[in-house]
Amino acid sequence: MKPRDALDNIPYARFLDVGVEEDADGIVCVLPFRDDLVGNAALPAIHGGVVGAFLELTALVGLLAVGETQRVPKPINFAVDYLRSVGPRTTRGRAAIVKHGRRIANVRVVAWQDDPAKPVAAGIGNFLL
Amino acid sequence: MPPPEQRLALAELFGDGRQELIDHIPHCRRLGMVVEHVGPRMARVRLPWRDELIGDPVRRVVFGGAITTLVDHASGLAVFCSLPELTAIATLDLRVDYLRAAAPDHALVGEAHCYKLTRHVAFVRAAAWEVTPDDPFASCLATFMLGANSSLSPVARALRADKEPA
Repeated sequence: MKPRDALDNIPYARFLDVGVEEDADGIVCVLPFRDDLVGNAALPAIHGGVVGAFLELTALVGLLAVGETQRVPKPINFAVDYLRSVGPRTTRGRAAIVKHGRRIANVRVVAWQDDPAKPVAAGIGNFLL
Repeated sequence: MPPPEQRLALAELFGDGRQELIDHIPHCRRLGMVVEHVGPRMARVRLPWRDELIGDPVRRVVFGGAITTLVDHASGLAVFCSLPELTAIATLDLRVDYLRAAAPDHALVGEAHCYKLTRHVAFVRAAAWEVTPDDPFASCLATFMLGANSSLSPVARALRADKEPA
């Protein structure tokens, strides 16, 4: 499945308006900023749940891009580390498949805003294929 | 010595439907999130069903990340309901176990308990269900940093703004 098609098929991905870009290192997911994503209006910062959801979507896109599955993999668990405040700007994320077994895949994700060297959040999850 | 709940900053707000705790948060408004109940060191939040939340269009199952938003928010509120004085908090980490698929067309309920508070860190357990708490579809562990930034807690700001004449 192409990442773009996968995202088009997932209503929650359309709700967040997540897109995909491609660079020399592979697929990058993009979360455009929108006022109604804000979870802390004082900073302002994007809601932690949205950040977690974006990381999980990025992991999913990473798995679907491998093309070995036609169904949407089911998450078993997902853990998010919040590293920096996620400001009112575009957020990008990249997934790395740590292990792709027959039934289980383990995927690591990093998200950043202006500088890939300064990640705003990182996640890791197991998916049932 | 007063019972512990009387020393909590939000004690006077404890009860059902304390919507003022999240009404000022754009993303919660967008999702139509409802505060069902807050009490000492706990919070229960409801996320109404909407098709936008679907992650698996074939099974019509809610996307895992939407559950993250529900339990993250319930967890943050549980931390606010544990604090002797309101301060800013920030999620350090959050892990969700997806125990089963959530049934479609049901509102999702998330309940969080802050079971340990230290000077700098709050530890929270949470679960989410659509029918009964005895049969959760997700469980969650999270930690929060206290006094995370110099700005006043967003809850305190919102409550203060409510009290000030416009």
